[in-house]
Amino acid sequence: MDALYRDYILDHYKNPRNFGTLEPHDLEHHDHNPLCGDELGVHLITDDQGTITDLRFHGQGCAISQASASITSEELVGMKVDEIPDLSAEWVFELLGIPISPTRRKCALLSLKVMRGATGGDASWPE
Amino acid sequence: MSAVRPTLDVRADFPVLREGPGAGERGLAYLDSAATSQKPDAVIDAMATFNRSSYGTVHRSVYKLAEHSTELFEGARTKAAELVSWEPETTIFTANATAAINLVAYTWARQNIGQGDQIVLTQMEHHSNIVPWQIVAAEKGATLRWLHVSEDGRISLEELDQVLAEGNVRLVAVTHVSNVLGTINPVAEVAARARAAGAVCLVDGSQAVPQMPVDLHEVGADFYAWTAHKALGPSGLGLLHGRRELLEAMPPFLGGGHMISQVGLESSTWAELPGKFEAGTSAITEAVGLGAAIDYLNDIGMDAVRAHEADLSAYALERLPEVEGLRVFGPAEAEARGGVISFEVEGIHPHDLAEICDRGGVCIRAGHHCAQPLMRELGVSATARASFHVYSGREDVDRLVESLHDARKVFAL
Repeated sequence: MDALYRDYILDHYKNPRNFGTLEPHDLEHHDHNPLCGDELGVHLITDDQGTITDLRFHGQGCAISQASASITSEELVGMKVDEIPDLSAEWVFELLGIPISPTRRKCALLSLKVMRGATGGDASWPE
Repeated sequence: MSAVRPTLDVRADFPVLREGPGAGERGLAYLDSAATSQKPDAVIDAMATFNRSSYGTVHRSVYKLAEHSTELFEGARTKAAELVSWEPETTIFTANATAAINLVAYTWARQNIGQGDQIVLTQMEHHSNIVPWQIVAAEKGATLRWLHVSEDGRISLEELDQVLAEGNVRLVAVTHVSNVLGTINPVAEVAARARAAGAVCLVDGSQAVPQMPVDLHEVGADFYAWTAHKALGPSGLGLLHGRRELLEAMPPFLGGGHMISQVGLESSTWAELPGKFEAGTSAITEAVGLGAAIDYLNDIGMDAVRAHEADLSAYALERLPEVEGLRVFGPAEAEARGGVISFEVEGIHPHDLAEICDRGGVCIRAGHHCAQPLMRELGVSATARASFHVYSGREDVDRLVESLHDARKVFAL
């Protein structure tokens, strides 16, 4: 078993959950990793209470960034829009469950960055 | 497999290959020389010795130390000029190749490019030969024109002729060797056509000078930029070679010490070339390092360097396709290439390839290689890239191929 490319990481990479687009959608954001050029966008549908009822990521990236989007997407559906800005880098790393080296940090965090942008929060790199 | 040919065996001159992080027992298979090259002991020692026993300011003082420093500094300029068959007075030290191109953009271009003029670039340029021209174009109301890159990684002189025939082209800026595709561009033909059309030609030689003989009279460009750190020298030092009449007519870039002739209260007059473009204290130790790097390259001989790079490219082009799902970008023939090969492996993102290669001490680059317009043309966001220098060997290519097979196993492909 590979410590980084674990079975479930590769599964999410090869068969990403909640990938594609949603038309129409209520919220959206698109961003990229300037280091590598990888791109990720998100479409969100919310209800009257501000709950995320559906979500789709789209774009291209490495196994870590794609698995991060896929794995977090399963947690994000059902969350309140105003909860998103408080999600931390650590929240992502725990969900991923793999060691993230400094050079792969932005790969893992691009999806949260995009979510923060979509939900009106600070779209800088999560701490 | 082709017969083993005698190639360079200078790996032992490069200590980082056995001592660097991740080297392990086999040492590093350093395949990122297009980003930056490693330094031989000769360069490391020359810089250390200079700092220890000879360091002084240049062009300023009468004491022996400063005189000695100045001799070494100007000696390095002469070596750099001779390496590309140019003259020292029109060889300007800059911070890097990017700074050299920006020097032209901020001085010549701002005086000579105006509303409605055209600047011709190729789709395979590095960002350093794109962004300065975008800034100039936006400021002056000029238009950027892009020469297309064909499926096999080449530009078309016919397309250049067509664009030049439209008129108003003031500048053609082209890379000598692509840092992504490896393509060796026909820069002499490009420069001749540009000049015939009344345009100025700037060539980015960052990937060319380090790995092949370059004669600037044969190239015939008006400006030619390159950088020491890709040519076994230190970072922090670039070079701009220019035609004297253009350099003399250009205003200075940065104002400050050394670039002046006389400073009055209201105005100043400029130093002779090359000092006019070298404001402030230059990278003195780095120049000494570059001088040592050029000596080292000349001892090997640039023809031998080129033969070595071509041999490795041919070997890599032969071995890489053994990896299932691997696609090489750029020209299929090694003769048409410098020592750089970009590729992708189906089902594995370049970052993940690089991560798995690193586990075996194989250093490759993954990303857009500062060439996003080219990436878009290739239809990818990133590629993996292996690039060579004198210390690289066929065993480095073997280790790369081995790592790529490993990556496919990790990804269960």
